[in-house]
Amino acid sequence: MNSDKILKYILFTASLLILLISGGMVFSLVRGAMPSFHEFGWKFIISSEWDPTQGREQYGALLFIVGTLLTSVLALLIAVPLAFSTSLFVAEYFKNTRIASVVSTMVDLLAGIPSIIFGLWGFYILRPFIVSIGLSDQGYGIFTSGLILAFMIIPYATSLSNTSISMVSNELKEAAYSLGATRLEVIWNVILPNARSGITASYILAFGRALGETLAVTMLIGNSNRMPTGLFSTGNTMSSVIANQFGEASGLQLSSLIEIGLLLFVMTTIINAVGKFIIKKLNR
Amino acid sequence: MNQTNILAGKKVTELIPDLFSGRKLKDRLFLIGIVIFSLLTISMVVLIIGSMILKGYHQINWAFFTQSPPDTFQAMMAKMSGKTIPGGIINGITGSLYLVGIASLIAIPFGVLIGIYLYENSKKKYAGFIRDITDVLQGVPSIVIGLIVYLWVVVEITHGYSVLAGSVALAIMMLPLIIRSTEESLKMIPDTLKEAAIALGTPYYKVVMRVLIPSSFSGLMTGILLAISRILGETAPLMLTTLGNPAINWNIAKPVSAVPLLIWQFYNDPNMVDLIWSSSLFLMGFVLLLNILSKWIAARQK
Amino acid sequence: MNDINTQPSILTIENLSIAYDKDKLAVKNVSATIKKNAITAIMGPSGCGKTTLLRAMNRMHELYPNISTTGQIRLYDENIYDMSTIKLRRKIGMVFQRPNPFPTLSIYDNVIAGYKLNGIKLKRSERDEIVETSLKNVTLWDEVKNSLHKKGNFLSGGQQQRLCIARALAFKPDVILLDEPTSALDPIATAKIEDLLIDLKENYSIVLVTHNMSQAARISDNAMYMYMGELIEYDETTKIFTNPKETSTQNYITGRFG
Repeated sequence: MNSDKILKYILFTASLLILLISGGMVFSLVRGAMPSFHEFGWKFIISSEWDPTQGREQYGALLFIVGTLLTSVLALLIAVPLAFSTSLFVAEYFKNTRIASVVSTMVDLLAGIPSIIFGLWGFYILRPFIVSIGLSDQGYGIFTSGLILAFMIIPYATSLSNTSISMVSNELKEAAYSLGATRLEVIWNVILPNARSGITASYILAFGRALGETLAVTMLIGNSNRMPTGLFSTGNTMSSVIANQFGEASGLQLSSLIEIGLLLFVMTTIINAVGKFIIKKLNR
Repeated sequence: MNQTNILAGKKVTELIPDLFSGRKLKDRLFLIGIVIFSLLTISMVVLIIGSMILKGYHQINWAFFTQSPPDTFQAMMAKMSGKTIPGGIINGITGSLYLVGIASLIAIPFGVLIGIYLYENSKKKYAGFIRDITDVLQGVPSIVIGLIVYLWVVVEITHGYSVLAGSVALAIMMLPLIIRSTEESLKMIPDTLKEAAIALGTPYYKVVMRVLIPSSFSGLMTGILLAISRILGETAPLMLTTLGNPAINWNIAKPVSAVPLLIWQFYNDPNMVDLIWSSSLFLMGFVLLLNILSKWIAARQK
Repeated sequence: MNDINTQPSILTIENLSIAYDKDKLAVKNVSATIKKNAITAIMGPSGCGKTTLLRAMNRMHELYPNISTTGQIRLYDENIYDMSTIKLRRKIGMVFQRPNPFPTLSIYDNVIAGYKLNGIKLKRSERDEIVETSLKNVTLWDEVKNSLHKKGNFLSGGQQQRLCIARALAFKPDVILLDEPTSALDPIATAKIEDLLIDLKENYSIVLVTHNMSQAARISDNAMYMYMGELIEYDETTKIFTNPKETSTQNYITGRFG
């Protein structure tokens, strides 16, 4: 066998690692979740009971699913106007200027700040501020987590949008300008329709990020196992409950946490697949 | 040719003036909105970095880099007498380096090999499938990866929290980043370069080693540094895999600490609050430094 | 044929200078009058400033950063640099080098894109008539009348360019500026556009940048020759091509450089 063949085999074998990891991941999650699934069945998803007391153990994920969705949707709602403005700032209004490169570097830095530091900042600085302006008593809850999450996902929401916006051809923009359109009208009627799918995809991917974020949310949501009643109510999320209870969990509780992990895996995978699908269609 | 325009009589240009002021105004207002929102976005970075520096700098001293953290009682005594908290985060620094080192040893070779595979077989269905799976893997929340590695390594291999488990979790997080950045930087190499080497009768593995990897080296380095900077701050998966350790540990089968884990510990101990800020400042400084370094390498390439 | 100075004019350029950077003048102190209902060609080697001069006529050059403009251009009696760009670009339309219909709009919507962009509300019958008239004016009507509401990406390059001209015509502008409108087209499509321009000058004044000298000779009434940002010579096309006053023009015409 010659050296070329050997290298080809090595490369192919390495690629199997990806299948092994992802296949093994699904397998282990499903297997680990089995006891919980046998015990609670599909009721697991619609029940909001979470009681680890020995003897009357009862687990349902609804609370956490709702908490995850609420914080992520809120984060997206806050992030979109900020990310959209930043994208237009960097890729249209101040394209190729020094100030644009400063702004885009700062947004990249935002992506580099670890989750735990966002959490600390939210805990020690944002939370007291929210208390001091009287929005809530403790400052914990859906709103605080959503606000911090929003800034964490902005870099994901801008990166692809920036590219899509700056890819819109100058010729089209000029055509609109030559018809007397203002810049706003060019943005609205030429840039957005042409960059639409890239922008949508990047917001979807950012939403996927928000679903899986753990530590910052854990530090800010209040970790109370009750159904959120409003924007400033406390709650819990799928990732937070895993992070908080995993250390002491065993038996049915551990299995239920793994099932939550499986659900989270499925949710993020679906969201990411949709985002990637749009990008693929875009590149074709 | 006869031009009949139904707007003859009411000239188009005269329809506009009333609309002018409104449209111009909207245009202006929109731009102002864009600038304000953009400033709001970047002000967050300034606020976070600024508060880390203000609250953390005074705790940064020699002991901070050379000693292990104090126990909660020592910290309380220091706090009550108004002194800076003794001790430092050396166990976390060594632990982080250890974890990231082992994770890189696993993820970089495999990541580069798989990246080359995807590049070489880019048209094949199977490669497209692997690429999709890699994207899925990149989107998996870090806490889920921690959970999986707990089941695989902590339960099955080391029978307890360990360096190995933490490293495997971090490696799984690095892998997709390195695969994609390898593939992307290989794609940037002009085909002619590769063809020139092949035309000279160079064996394939030599084309890879002598042409492909060297000419995409800075792209690879950028990807690797970014991947490391991404995992350095990861806390959630480590909570499920290495737990933490009050002392320095080099045993791969035993628990180890890491800077983000220490921050989490300090956060949960009211006496240690001061150490939170300096540790965060250190962690963030390190992560941002890697970020900037990778950008610099990428920029120098162009 | 009248002498160039006695024809009625529509645009008056006076001492126009345009700089991209501080000291780099792209257009140097140009003065000229553009004649009404005529085709004026601007020729010259690449980088001579002809496109900048053209774009200055409806202030499209202001889209470039750090531009500075001195002198003036008057449309009839009004200085275009005192007009709002919105109003100006309504009166002076532009067609670009490469066909650029809006890919997200239908053919129909492309024609009335100017009205849409400017938020001018029209009745359905008015819209239909503008679309039909404009498309007929560019001899595209028969080719697309059955697919008006489809997107225009199936059109050939020449058809797309005629659609872009229709888009400019829909506003019934006074002047149409064309920046090498046929450079991306094949000879047959080019011939169609050239015929079209000759038809259109009955109702419009046309300024055409071209690096194709035979095109300038075929269709233009007057021609400018620019070199290094300066207007070297401006006269009736026949005079420019048969009896140029400047040696620089002579050299360009006879292909000695350019």
